[in-house]
Amino acid sequence: MTKLADAAVTFDVQKVRGDFPILAETIHGRRLVYLDNANTTQKPRQVLDALDQYYLHANANIHRATHLLSERATEAYEGTRATVKRFINAADTREVVFTKGCTEGINLVASSWGRSNLRAGDEVLVTWMEHHSNIVPWQLVCEQTGATLKVCPITDRGELDLDAFDRLLASKPKLVSMIHVSNSLGTINPVANLTARAKAAGAVVLVDGAQAVAHMPVDVQAIGCDFYTFSGHKIYGPTGTGVLYGRAALLDAMPPYQGGGDMIASVTFEKTDYNVLPYKFEAGTPNIAGVVGLGAALRYVESLDRSGAQAHEDALLAEATARVRSISGVRILAETARRSSVLSFVVDGVHPHDIGTILDAEGIAVRTGQHCAQPVMDRYGVPATVRASIGIYNTGDEIAQLVAGLHKVREVFG
Amino acid sequence: MSDLRELYQEVILDHNRRPRNYHAIERPSRTAKGHNPLCGDRLTLYLMLENDRITDVGFEGSGCAISKASASLMTEAVKGKTVAEAESLFSRFHELVTTPPDLPAKTEGLGKLAVFAGVREFPARVKCASLAWHTLKNAVEAADDVAKTEDEAR
Repeated sequence: MTKLADAAVTFDVQKVRGDFPILAETIHGRRLVYLDNANTTQKPRQVLDALDQYYLHANANIHRATHLLSERATEAYEGTRATVKRFINAADTREVVFTKGCTEGINLVASSWGRSNLRAGDEVLVTWMEHHSNIVPWQLVCEQTGATLKVCPITDRGELDLDAFDRLLASKPKLVSMIHVSNSLGTINPVANLTARAKAAGAVVLVDGAQAVAHMPVDVQAIGCDFYTFSGHKIYGPTGTGVLYGRAALLDAMPPYQGGGDMIASVTFEKTDYNVLPYKFEAGTPNIAGVVGLGAALRYVESLDRSGAQAHEDALLAEATARVRSISGVRILAETARRSSVLSFVVDGVHPHDIGTILDAEGIAVRTGQHCAQPVMDRYGVPATVRASIGIYNTGDEIAQLVAGLHKVREVFG
Repeated sequence: MSDLRELYQEVILDHNRRPRNYHAIERPSRTAKGHNPLCGDRLTLYLMLENDRITDVGFEGSGCAISKASASLMTEAVKGKTVAEAESLFSRFHELVTTPPDLPAKTEGLGKLAVFAGVREFPARVKCASLAWHTLKNAVEAADDVAKTEDEAR
């Protein structure tokens, strides 16, 4: 408890709010309450400035020219790679591949690793709480290779069924792909432990960290996974940016995902030699400005008291959970204690979409719908949920406004 | 809040609570399914047609208040109408919910359906209001596809 109180003192949420200009927006005449952070986060001034500075003083193509601007652009772009390496504790910058987002990272592994390693009769194991982006790429590659997709069930509390996980590992899946933090439930999966079990069973392991990186320290070497993916826009960076971390030995052995410029060493019509890691996987002109912005976002997060920020978010989530649960007719999905940043719930007799509209009229942004996790909705027997998701800039006042907004829902619907 | 009251009018809340014609029809002439993937709304529409006239209509499904009330009010509005009359009603309804809010709403001939004028203030909800109608159109055109709302103006 003392530890939490100490942390709260060093993390200054008002100072953080001052870094995010959009939080001053007026929505339907009210100050914005942004609780849709699992969908995408807002961007701090530091990121907006980095984008501006890049376009004002450095814009050029990377790795391709001898002029000064290209040097600046290359330096800024590769600087982000070094930042990412530090941020997730990768062993080498060669293991950091830029993508347009988490989805592309998973597709890259499914296409490149999957098509060259999966055969008829092989198994790929995912979990019931995956985002569609960690289901559909594997369905596609299973269709192409004849491999079978297996699914580890979840419990009513929204946790992975660990006995079932072990049973499914007994049939030696070639690859296990799992979400670190569930975007629809908020469940934190014990990925280091699960990775160790999966690797002991001989599987290659991918962890989808889209909903994790902004909310907790991530150390890919401590997790022990082979691949880790995340999106820049969910960690206060620009949309259209993402990272695929892959162990160098695996990436080296994988065929390119896309062909084009920058990913080659030499091209003739007879034979093409591919570039070294990580460029082999970065065909074409990338989202240079976006990657520069992503670097600024990660350095911004690093500049904060991270354990204080995490304690702040966890305290808000606990408060939101307790207060929303006490409203009559509310059911919270996944009551697991190991939850981060996401509160997913339904209200008796009122469809989530209507709740979204009423909250919006109060200036409160939440997500309503299936959260790209239809199997989770089916598992809980709901067509959709309301999802309030917390970021570093949210406050206790905003949680109170959410609760007041939900009372307003009751008023409208009687 | 005034806009909200425009959207959630008493008639809409009433039809959401107690949707009319909320049942399947045995041996229907036509059925069609509607799905709004954005919010997960789903409905199945059942039609009984006799000589180009809709003699009975029912629906089942799950959805938000706007989509459920719209389906309910639609079934009341089209029962007894010819297919051509129902289609013309859809055109007028569609115009009503997509007319920009700063222009006057044309509610002539729409009867109770005029309560959906408030949807214009909420572009994200236009799809909810029109899902049942798209499904009806598919049913009378005997299209096998699930009606989608993707082409709807946002």
